[in-house]
Amino acid sequence: MDETLHTEGEGFHTEDMTISMGPQHPSTHGVLRFVVKTDGEVMREAIPDVGYLHRSIEKIGEKVTWHGYVPYTDRADYLAAMFANQGFCMAAEKLAGIEVARRGEFCRVIACELNRIASHLIAVGTFGQDIGAITPFIHALRERETINDLMEEICGARLTYNYIRIGGVGYDITPGTCDRITQFLDHFEPIVDEYNRLLSYNKIFIERLAHVTPITREDAFQYNIVGPNLRACGLKWDIRRDIPYSVYPELEFNIPVGTGEKGTLGDCYDRYMVRMEEMQESCKILRQCLKTLPKGPAIAKVARKFKPPAGEVYIRIESARGDMGFYVVSDGSEYPYRVRIRTGSFTAMSIIDKISRGIMVADLVALIASLDVDAPEIDR
Amino acid sequence: MEAKEIYGRLEQRFPGKVAGLKDDVLDPFLMVEPQAIVEACRFLRDEPELKFEILSDLTVVDFPKEEKLQVVYHLYSYTFRHPIVLKVDLPREEPRISTLEGVWKAANWFEREAFDLFGVVFEGHGDLRRILLPEDWIGHPLRKDYVEQEEYDGISTERAPLVEKLLR
Repeated sequence: MDETLHTEGEGFHTEDMTISMGPQHPSTHGVLRFVVKTDGEVMREAIPDVGYLHRSIEKIGEKVTWHGYVPYTDRADYLAAMFANQGFCMAAEKLAGIEVARRGEFCRVIACELNRIASHLIAVGTFGQDIGAITPFIHALRERETINDLMEEICGARLTYNYIRIGGVGYDITPGTCDRITQFLDHFEPIVDEYNRLLSYNKIFIERLAHVTPITREDAFQYNIVGPNLRACGLKWDIRRDIPYSVYPELEFNIPVGTGEKGTLGDCYDRYMVRMEEMQESCKILRQCLKTLPKGPAIAKVARKFKPPAGEVYIRIESARGDMGFYVVSDGSEYPYRVRIRTGSFTAMSIIDKISRGIMVADLVALIASLDVDAPEIDR
Repeated sequence: MEAKEIYGRLEQRFPGKVAGLKDDVLDPFLMVEPQAIVEACRFLRDEPELKFEILSDLTVVDFPKEEKLQVVYHLYSYTFRHPIVLKVDLPREEPRISTLEGVWKAANWFEREAFDLFGVVFEGHGDLRRILLPEDWIGHPLRKDYVEQEEYDGISTERAPLVEKLLR
């Protein structure tokens, strides 16, 4: 520690202050807590303290049936519940060797991409709010509201969907819903440019984020940073393209990466920009899916008493917060033997201790927002 | 690279330490001796033809019938796009294994979670505290024989009867 800081001025001395930030703090995105050691406004250390939202979802997996566990996966990440649904169902399908109905696969992709847009809207909206721009948050939530309405139309729920089932999806998407999704896309695509004018290229916003807490590619590998945060470091890596699943190989979309256009490669601004661009890519995917939605059943025939053969499988999918892993072990009974959910926020949270040293306290808020960590996903 | 070749490389480098390969399953895995795990992982990370850059997941599965806790490591290489699964069997009474913190920093939190929920002790770990549960929690809940405490901090953990019925 720098001794000169402590002895500045005759008879005066400063001491490190230990502050508890959270668990109820508006800018920590749910119930996260940091033990922050500061020297004035400069942060010495920010030690994350997680676990306030632990609901033992993994243990519940051993107590309920395979079908019965799907609604619980929703709660693992309630801002992007569709992905956890899909991850668990894909694991169960791979164990039992079930082929998913083709229309069901398209319905899944439509639902997931809508959910990705909704989740990213929350991410960029709260990002603006966290560093002092309230207006974009209201705008983002307004669009998200439309997506919630669409989701309600698709599956009857607005947040925890329980839509994707083993073998396909619970409800088929009707032509009327397809029209309304197209309407939404027609409305939403120009709005992204509006956001860019309002927030992304706002000088204050850029100055606030450029060069702040860049993550190098080596650090990203060491700490296993995934998803948009990894792509912001310049690595073109997306599980939808690189470990293909569902019908993503048939769809065309770009993978936005960080370029360091306003500051350093992998800084907060890059992480923000990757999410903005990803929403546009999701729109492209949605349009293709709506155009090529095949006819047929939306769910394959699956036994009610679902008993996959003994074995284990590790499924990785690209959730809104990156690589979501489902490690599922079956012992051939009606209940899963072990369900493990590996989430992107958990590892993203672990890097904060390292990269937050020496930054300003206000930048910690920007860092948390830019990593898009989500308390339910960390604690499960 | 296929799991078989990766196994061949490891067997050549650490003879007798890699107990076996199982590749007739959905995800092929290797059984590794507990004392060789750190060296094996460092080798897998640094070998130019393997380059496992990330520790994708670290978790534990409890097998009370066989008296063992199985630590499962999922590795992945971005460069060559190949995965591998390593497994280590530990005795249930005193599960101890060296930490992988020196190889991948991500292991730090994964190991804290494994310690918290399964009670596996990672030797040499810099900060082995509970992570998800409170510090004064008793027991390791994801073990199959875990019995819930009747109360925590004066709060009863008993549920309403309806919920009990829905559970197995």
